[in-house]
Amino acid sequence: MEFFLVTLLNGVSYGLLLFMLSSGLTLIFSMMGVLNFAHASFYMLGAYFAYSISTRIGFWQALVVAPVAVGAIGMLVERFGLRTVHRYGHVAELLFTFGLAYIIEELVHLVWGRLPVDYRIPAQLDGPLFAIYGTSFPIYRGFMMLVSVTMLAALYLALTRTRIGLVIRAALTHPHMVEALGHDVPRMFMLVFGGGAALAGLAGVIGGNAFVTEPGMAALVGVIVFVVVVVGGMGSLAGAFIASLLIGCLQTFSVALDWSIAGALARLGLQPPPGLLVTELFGITVSQAAPVLPYLLMVLVLILRPRGIMGTREA
Amino acid sequence: MLAQTARSFAVAVALVVCAALPAAAQQVVKLAYIDPLSGPFANVGESGFKHFQFVIDDINRRNLAGGFKLEVVGFDNKVSPQESLTQLKKVIDDDLRYVIQGNGSSVALALADAIQKHNDRDPGHEILYLNYAAVDPDLTNSKCTFWHFRFDANSDMKMEALTSFLAQDKGIKKVYLINQNYSFGQAVARAARADLGRKRPDVQIVGDDLHPLGQVKDFAPYVAKIKAAGADTVITGNWGNDMTLLVKAAKDAGLDVTFYTYYAGGLGTPTAMGDAAVGHVKQITEWHLNLPTKETDRLAQEFKKKYNIDWYYGRVATAMYMLAEAMKRAKSAEPVAVAKALEGMRFQTELGEVEMRAADHQLIQPLFISTIERSAANGGPKEVKYDVENTGLGFKTDARIEASVSAQPTSCQMKRP
Repeated sequence: MEFFLVTLLNGVSYGLLLFMLSSGLTLIFSMMGVLNFAHASFYMLGAYFAYSISTRIGFWQALVVAPVAVGAIGMLVERFGLRTVHRYGHVAELLFTFGLAYIIEELVHLVWGRLPVDYRIPAQLDGPLFAIYGTSFPIYRGFMMLVSVTMLAALYLALTRTRIGLVIRAALTHPHMVEALGHDVPRMFMLVFGGGAALAGLAGVIGGNAFVTEPGMAALVGVIVFVVVVVGGMGSLAGAFIASLLIGCLQTFSVALDWSIAGALARLGLQPPPGLLVTELFGITVSQAAPVLPYLLMVLVLILRPRGIMGTREA
Repeated sequence: MLAQTARSFAVAVALVVCAALPAAAQQVVKLAYIDPLSGPFANVGESGFKHFQFVIDDINRRNLAGGFKLEVVGFDNKVSPQESLTQLKKVIDDDLRYVIQGNGSSVALALADAIQKHNDRDPGHEILYLNYAAVDPDLTNSKCTFWHFRFDANSDMKMEALTSFLAQDKGIKKVYLINQNYSFGQAVARAARADLGRKRPDVQIVGDDLHPLGQVKDFAPYVAKIKAAGADTVITGNWGNDMTLLVKAAKDAGLDVTFYTYYAGGLGTPTAMGDAAVGHVKQITEWHLNLPTKETDRLAQEFKKKYNIDWYYGRVATAMYMLAEAMKRAKSAEPVAVAKALEGMRFQTELGEVEMRAADHQLIQPLFISTIERSAANGGPKEVKYDVENTGLGFKTDARIEASVSAQPTSCQMKRP
């Protein structure tokens, strides 16, 4: 029971962090059709800005300033980069963001070096929040969950209760119609891209000190975010939310399972067929394969239900 | 008339220069450093390069290589076996006769094989391979070759030393193994099981996890598993981010275990682990900053002043000084002669005598178990004179494991030229 509860809490907190990251990507992907390879780079920038600001001024200021700074950079990228590339089609936009990811990484190398930086959790948030059967749940994880949920609520309110939110939601599913109705779609693209980048930056501020802040962090986190977006479905924030929680819990729970095909066969009293490849394959436990499972899920979703869990727009 | 005189003068000068050049070129021996100089492991590769450069400067200054001058040249392999073989081709084309490598046993195995084949096909242009950090035991057992010399204790030797220290602690009842899922991590897990089974059969191994290399960001589920198993000790060969995130996650969950590691002192790891590690994390190395070694301490301080990086690879100094000594004894820089002088060499270091075992070309040296503690200036024990990476944390020696204890029998049957 203890193990289940602790793992559930871990899975949910990890899933919420994933959601913070992927919500921005979902918005950008859904609205502009741009697969933003540099999204994880904005996450990294958020972490590094927060490191620089928190060591000079303070963590709380970093929490506010760093996402805004990253959002501003996102807007500039959209205005002067993507907008020009947009007319050449989706592939060109893809390549542009791909190159941007490399450039951002090299800039980070130049400014902050190649080694991990000492971005620490602030002292007030460091320590156990409560204990479940002897395992303590850190305050910082609780803080991560709180920020994530608050951000989700704010995003939801902004999208459903404000006028611009209404237009953005319309543009998510019917961008051409919205343009035909006379709204300034390019300006909206810029805002959405900047907003998405700011969300990624916020995730970086929160996640950078819990997990190591180093130049390779973008590459590690980048791929899983795409999985979330694909599984959750294009054009759906709710889908992204469900998918992040699903993948967070999947990865966390599967680590605990030491089942393997060979083990299952042994339970039934059967011998696996001979052959080195077979023995290797059947010997793989679920826990060893745990980080691969989200990608397996993505492949299954693409085969069986390409729209994703709650997709409202064709891929 | 004038043009003719000028031309003959130019020819004369050219002839003199050509005659002088070979005599000068003979004296410089270039060592090819094949390790990552770009990509995610660039920092580790660059740090290693600077270590070699620094020791070589010292060797050249004090003329320890019997009249030969050493020079190290970098070849970037991005820790990829294919890329390393491409770089090896460049090394062969440039007629460099020494290769240095350490980061990644996958690369090491590829290089050892390729160099053996090259040396077989091209006698007279042999290449010697000096391995300073790749610890897969196979390189000095089933895959050993005359042309490979290893200066770091291999992973079986480290586990032997670690477990002989661990075995004395009667408080240890349940051990958890967690490693990266590739040849090295699997070797660590295998050796841990075998050694513990032999020395402390009463100790229960309550878990054996293999996770993908460099992929896991959130170690909380693994920590939960360790906790559920009731372990009091964790043995891990993890390095880099895998090491730091594991320790961080353990601290977050309030997990009170002792970590026995290979690479807790590796580049960037102490910074990232921070206070979480104090008193809980041990490592096994051939050297660390707070050992009583006056000469190496001086080297370390000068190195830090020059490059602002901590001196970490004690074995790089041992390797280069032994190489210089071998060249001096062989009175030649030809790999065959140097190899014959190097194998079986007993060398005196500040920490005791080391031996390059002739049977398998594995260096047998004393090893040290140390725990990360606050430095003396930071309120910690007084033996922790120096801290690492300006963190205020340093290593305190727990035990010295004599060379003979860690030495392992070998199955190597190498072909000698």
